[in-house]
Formats: sequence, structure tokens, C-alpha cells
Amino acid sequence: MLAAPRSGADQAALDRAISVLAEHFADSGATRLDLPHIYQADGLLDLYGEDLRARAFVYPDPDQGRELCLRPDFTVPVALAHADQGWDQVASYTYQGPVFRRQPPGLQRPVEYMQAGIERFGDTDRIAAEVGVFKSLYRGLSELDLDEPEVTIGDLSIPFAILNALDMPEHRRASLRRHFWRPNRFRDLLERAQTPSKARKVPGDELDQRVNEAGEIVGLRSITDVTKRLIRLAGARNDAPVRPEQAQLIDRVLQIRAPARSALIELEKISGTAGVDLSAIIETLAKRLEALDVAGIGMDRVVFDASFGRNLEYYDGFVFELRAPGDPHGHPPLAGGGRYDAMTTRLGSPAPVPAVGGIIRPEAVLEALA
Amino acid sequence: MSALTIGLPSKGRLQEDTIAWFAERGLEIVRDGTEREYSASVKGFGDVTVQLLSAGEIPRELAAGRIHMGVTGRDLIHERIPNLEAVIDMRFAMGFGHADLIVAVPAFWIDVVDMHDLDEVAHDFREAHGYPLRIATKYHNLARQFLNEKGVAEYRLVDSQGATEAAPKNLNAEAIIDITSSGETLRANHLKMLEDGLILASEAMLCLSRSAEWDGVSSETKTRISDQLGIDRIEPT
Repeated sequence: MLAAPRSGADQAALDRAISVLAEHFADSGATRLDLPHIYQADGLLDLYGEDLRARAFVYPDPDQGRELCLRPDFTVPVALAHADQGWDQVASYTYQGPVFRRQPPGLQRPVEYMQAGIERFGDTDRIAAEVGVFKSLYRGLSELDLDEPEVTIGDLSIPFAILNALDMPEHRRASLRRHFWRPNRFRDLLERAQTPSKARKVPGDELDQRVNEAGEIVGLRSITDVTKRLIRLAGARNDAPVRPEQAQLIDRVLQIRAPARSALIELEKISGTAGVDLSAIIETLAKRLEALDVAGIGMDRVVFDASFGRNLEYYDGFVFELRAPGDPHGHPPLAGGGRYDAMTTRLGSPAPVPAVGGIIRPEAVLEALA
Repeated sequence: MSALTIGLPSKGRLQEDTIAWFAERGLEIVRDGTEREYSASVKGFGDVTVQLLSAGEIPRELAAGRIHMGVTGRDLIHERIPNLEAVIDMRFAMGFGHADLIVAVPAFWIDVVDMHDLDEVAHDFREAHGYPLRIATKYHNLARQFLNEKGVAEYRLVDSQGATEAAPKNLNAEAIIDITSSGETLRANHLKMLEDGLILASEAMLCLSRSAEWDGVSSETKTRISDQLGIDRIEPT
């Protein structure tokens, strides 16, 4: 859906909302960052997961024979700007402006909309930083007169911790971890992991010859790449399949969706089954809930959803979204964010840097208030 | 009354087969002027206009309602018009122009037989090279949709509007997504199809535009054309 021109009272209301948020985020000590709308496509889009990459508006640069794109979000551009400051810096940034996304056909969703947000890097007190960002957005909504939103939280480190605790070879764990954001593929891989490998045993000394005879070398993958993988697959023939009760454990946990305190109790019940101890996870979640409670977030309106965040590739820890009261799924969320430490290594940091942030969509807030 | 406008492919085998198909049904397509002029008419039908268009543009012309009827490949319609049900009535398959849209990789990749392998290899490739595995295609939408369904994530599409099979040989891509009919061009370019790499079986389709202005066309013309084509009603349903 293309945006309509805006004028008069609508424009004044949006201007006001954006300046209220700018002031609100600046008050928290965040540095104001102005970012370009247009980036070189290759460099930027390779950093995103497939979903956002496919949804970016890409077009040829008439000047250089390369492709350009409109920014599909702020997280990656802000993180890249932070990288220029140095990954070892502790910093927080605030930003605002439009983002641009192609939308699936038939869905009446805007292809451009405003975001105003905050990103924090390098905070060693992880829970404090997460709750800090959450509070910033929660209070930001309140500054716009949107009170008592519906809150959904999740924590992607939980399924990852379970994956780490299951008995399986490292290569299987790695592919499951990498495909966590694609539930169908994840399920397929989990099923494969429970059945014995079908790879054939390969005699090592004839391999190069067999690959050579199969066809001319085209593309940038080499003969060695092929033979190495064949040997690895043959080696995986002896892998013990994942035990069904362990595979089911992941499912049981991912199905948890309940008021936050009840979710904690469900996790406690599951802990210890199939030989997997969840106590560290439970402790972190309990601490985070405690911190949210202390910050004045009514726990009765907070739902914990263990699968939440599976459609947002770069998040890998705490995730949250805030929706208008009484309209949990009719409209897009008003605000949302989360932790994305792992992505910092993709952007060039030698080790994962603590990174957490989130955005408010002022237009969606105004619509919810109207 | 306004003319009924038909869009037909402007060249090649697809055009020949289309003209023969219409001729078998008593509709003789006659080119106006010289070979180089891209318009034609139907003998004996004064109020039918034929536009000779690139097969790739026919879906767009149908969607925009600038032509009432058109012939093009199923692959091109799905690729160009994501929300096609709303705008195009793919009335029937014409029985020629068969071709498959497929995923192909170098034949020497004997460790890769299906999409599951391709995904693993794509990941290893990115780790090794620092950028995603490249897949050459002109079918960007269908490619993305299929790779997404199969859970292949770490790739980059490289636009290729022709001679796509040569992209790996020219080191512009590692794999391709393209149309093949016999597989000969794939083999000649040292490629093979993946076992579960069939994206779409395509053929020539007679399509009706839902957005064209049908009311302006005389009912006599509509009846005569539908009688010749052997269909109930020429307007889209």
C-alpha cells in the first residue's frame, strides 16, 4: 500500500509524536544519529536474513552499474554506524525516520512508515540493558498517551540453550540453530536428526577422480569443497540419532504461551526431563520478570511466548512487542525490539557484543488512539 | 463499440505455435504491413486487434487491462503478477511451449542431490567466501518463494536475463534457476537439476484479463470468437 500525502491536523499530530519521542529518547542519554535512506544493496542486504532482504526496495544505480536499496530497517544501519565508533565502545543511539519495505501482495500494509527507536551496545549488565530498552519504549508509548499496552515477551536464548544441551553432533546442532527462524526447515532437520544418516560410505582415494569425471569445474566452489563435504557426510554415518524424548522437549518448550508467571512454572515442570536441566534459563527469566515488575510493568498483562521472535532473524535473546490494548493481533505492533548480540559478528565484530534495541511506530500509535 | 485486443508473442517458436493454434480454430492471424511491424489482425474480424508483444510483457498488459486476451507462458505470469487471481483468468493450457522452471547446480557437485544439500552448501560457501552463494535467474519472485519454502537462506540472486546456463562457467554464479525443456542446454553447460528442484511446470496459456474493459466489445464479436475457440464465454470468470 502506497503512502498518502499527509497534511493539516494529521501531519501536526505526527510531527508532535515524533518530537515527543525524540526528546524522550534523548533524555535517556542516547546519542542522536541521522542515517542515510539509501545504501549500496550488496553490502547492506547480505547482513539481513532472507525475509527483510527480499522485502527491500532495490534499484540500479544509474551512475555506477551497481544496485542501491532503501533502508528496510534501522537496526543494521545503526549497528554499522556503531562499528565505525569501535565495537569496544559502550554507547546508546536514538534515531527516527521512515523505513521502506515491499509488502506481500494482497496485504494492505504500508510500504513506508516511520520508526523512532533506541539501540544500546556494550552493556555488560544484560538484564538491565534489556529492561532499560523495554522501559524506554513502554514509557515512550505512555508519553504519546497510549497506556497499558498488551505485552508479549520471548527469549530466543531458551531454545538455543536447549539445543546446546541435547545430545547430538555439533554439525547437526549448528544447522538447527541456523534454521531456528524457519520453522518448517527446522522441523525437517529435527526429523532428519532422529533418523540414521543415509549418506554412503565413500572411498577416499578415488574421490578427486570421481568429482573430476562428473563435469567441468564451473562456479566458485572447488573440487576440494566437494570432496571435503563428501568425507564429512560419510563420517556422519555413525552419528547416533537424536533421542525422540529430547526432540520432543524442544517442541514442548516452544509451545509455551502463557501469562509470564505461569510460563515460568511450566518451564520449571519441564526442567530435568529428558536429562536437560533448564535451571539457568529459568533463573534468567525470573530475574528479568522481577526487573520488569520493579520497573512498574503490570505482570498481569505480560504474556510469555516461547516461539515469539522466530520470524525475526537477527534477534537471539530477549524479544518483546507492545500492542494496543484490546487489539492484540488486528494491527501491527506499536513497538518492539530485542537482543541481537550474534549479529554483531556478522557486521565485523571479532566477538559478539551485547546489543539490544527497539522501535516505536508513531503512525500505528496515532491510529490506535484515533 | 471498441475492438477486442489480443496480445500474442512477437517472435520465435512460441509465436509460430500460437498462430498455428489459432489457425486450427479458424482464426487466421495476418500480420499488418511488413515482417517488422508488430501488429496484426484476424482475417474476417474487423473489430479484433492483435498486438505482437514480448512474451514477458504480456502478463503486465493483461494485468493492466490494456489487452483483453493474451498468450504467454505460465512461468512468466506467475513471475510477473504475484496476485494474479485477482486480475488474470488463466483460461486454458494450450498444449505447447512445455518447459520446467528448475534449480540446477554444477554436475561435478556430486555431494549435492537435493535442496537440503544446496542449503548446507550455501552455508559452507558463505563461511568460506564471506558472501552468499550466488544463484543466477530472471525469475526473482518464483526463485525467492521456492527457496524460502525449501528453507534455503544463504544465497544472493544475480539477475540474468539470458544465457543463464553460462553464469557458473563465467564465474558469475554457483547455481541457476531457469527454464529447461530437454535438459540439453543444462548438460552442455556442465549443470544438473536437483531431485526436488522443480519449481513450476510451464506451458503456453490462453489468458483473459479481468481488468480490461469487456463491456465495450460488441457481443457479436465476443460470441464469434468464443465459438471459434470452443469456449462457453470469452469474458473472464
